[in-house]
Amino acid sequence: MSEKVIQKNKMVDFLNELLKAYKVFAPVKRDHIVSFDAIQSSGEMLLNYLNSRIPPKEIFFPRSEKMFEYIRDDLIEVKEVLPSEERKVLFGIRPCDAKAILLLDKVFDSPDYQDPYYLRKRKETIFVGMGCDRPQSTCFCTSLGGAPFSEEGLDLLFTNIGDRFVVKGITEEGETLLEKYEQVFERAKKSDLDDKLNVEKEAVNRIKSKIALEKIEKRLDKMFEDSFWDRIYQKCLGCAVCTYLCPTCHCFDITDETMDTSGERFRAWDSCQFALFTLQASGHNPRMSGKERVRQRIMHKFNYFVKNYGEIACVGCGRCIKNCPVNFDIRQILLELVS
Amino acid sequence: MQKREKLLKEEVKKLLDKKQVDMVIGYEKGTLALRTTPCFLASVDDVDRLVWNEFCENNLAKYLPGRKEKVAIVAKGCDVRSIVGLIQERQITREQIFIVGIPCEGIIDRRKIESRLGEKEILEATCENGKILLRGEDFQEILKKGDFLYDSCKVCKYRNPIVFDLLIGDRVPELEKIDEYAEVRKFEAESPDERWLHFQKEISKCIRCYACRSACPLCYCEQCFVDQSQPRWIGITDNPSDVGVFHLFRVFHVAGRCVDCGACSRACPMNIDHRWLLKKMEKDVKELFGYEAGLSVEEVPPLATFKEEDPQDFIK
Repeated sequence: MSEKVIQKNKMVDFLNELLKAYKVFAPVKRDHIVSFDAIQSSGEMLLNYLNSRIPPKEIFFPRSEKMFEYIRDDLIEVKEVLPSEERKVLFGIRPCDAKAILLLDKVFDSPDYQDPYYLRKRKETIFVGMGCDRPQSTCFCTSLGGAPFSEEGLDLLFTNIGDRFVVKGITEEGETLLEKYEQVFERAKKSDLDDKLNVEKEAVNRIKSKIALEKIEKRLDKMFEDSFWDRIYQKCLGCAVCTYLCPTCHCFDITDETMDTSGERFRAWDSCQFALFTLQASGHNPRMSGKERVRQRIMHKFNYFVKNYGEIACVGCGRCIKNCPVNFDIRQILLELVS
Repeated sequence: MQKREKLLKEEVKKLLDKKQVDMVIGYEKGTLALRTTPCFLASVDDVDRLVWNEFCENNLAKYLPGRKEKVAIVAKGCDVRSIVGLIQERQITREQIFIVGIPCEGIIDRRKIESRLGEKEILEATCENGKILLRGEDFQEILKKGDFLYDSCKVCKYRNPIVFDLLIGDRVPELEKIDEYAEVRKFEAESPDERWLHFQKEISKCIRCYACRSACPLCYCEQCFVDQSQPRWIGITDNPSDVGVFHLFRVFHVAGRCVDCGACSRACPMNIDHRWLLKKMEKDVKELFGYEAGLSVEEVPPLATFKEEDPQDFIK
């Protein structure tokens, strides 16, 4: 696969070309918060950012979306509401978040279940990754099989080497982009590729949080009734910050908004941290308190998901750590579990 | 600060040693700069974990309702007012808690600092003599503490706890000449359309994580209305009317009870300014009933009682 170079001042041209052919989602900063949003002009994109506060999962799995409409007269008439399929570029996604999308694919694009709402948005999306040259103190992607410059799930990968980026085509789609917009790219010199390797190496070295998670699934097999959970859940407030800002959390709730003879069905993010999450019609709640809910969050990510899909449902992005109102740090939980 | 922290540890050690309390709720060092984290200590050996500094932003009164044991709680002026509210509302008895009051000169608003620094990660933060010292991998910065306090702290009238069993260190001077309703008056002067736009703009950021509710010490309802599904009070969508109803209900539910501790705004991951409507409610209750929340355990909040002389001219 080929590697090219683009001068930073040419990025505007590249984005403008992309905007002509695709809907482009890129990191933008609004009211001091970075999130991925559809941009209209290249100037809106933030090039120098740590990571978005809201993960890009919301592009494919929005916080709330309509599933269908219905009219309930003598007969019930259902009107399908499917998102439009459009050619998209997700520009500037971090490798951890790209990996998270692959994990979401396992749920929404599995042999057992094909989720049309997710898939129609997900299909035809080109992933242009922005390598993570400044991992944060809360980052621990390397403990989860990721890396600041991992190519997994990406079509193109950009590496910041000062006044220019090295751009690597990873898939056929990525290569096609490099060819199609060849006017903005230059041949990569050996020194550029050496610089790239150095940047990558330095980024990996910056990641200080390391947790050996190989045995965590087995460890958790024996932990369900452990008193460990009694101790650790105490400070958790039971809000959904950790799950809603998690790039891999994907639980949702479905409800109908019914008018007299018509209605709409919606699904919206839901969180295992909420009391209503597992409340049964009888009034019984198998997850009575914060203890069971915190346990569920850890078990789902590090045990159940592994059993179901063969991988841990965490990419080490650190959002749950940075944004928790009480500084509940999942790394401490994991370290204790594996020690 | 360090002196107060040392004193705090000494006093808490005594409490646990003499078995005056079963547990202490306080703050310990967090894993992030500009933060501390709540801790629950039952053993004298753990007391050295306690910290007290300008980053102790959480209102620990949140952890009181439903406790069975006798607990000591480290509480700032605002936190104490929340505790008073919980006692008034019979969520905990006065006898069951030992209030370790701690005079406070304001807590540092981490979001303001992060906004100021842009996309730079702060790895270490300390506060000394009114200066905040920040260190990142390739930068150092010194900021003036007074410029980066939480908005609620800037208009705080009760920096010294009003109810306590023990006060840690000397009292701090109360703020003078504060105008706590300056923002509210601006809002009151707006036209209904402008106010509605303002409200819509704030709530458009909401992701319905309910961190505001979860962090609020007064949101202790066994079942919050947002968690009721039979009947369902609000929809789960991001329709502005659903989101708006949540915020309006919450504001009304805490009217006359909210002590402006700022926990809701601090917890919000989307930087929603929850305080501007809450402060308006606070001002209304004060003007209508002459009542300020959380000042006396004997009082009953005005919206929980009835007096013949209560103003009724708002009933049209």
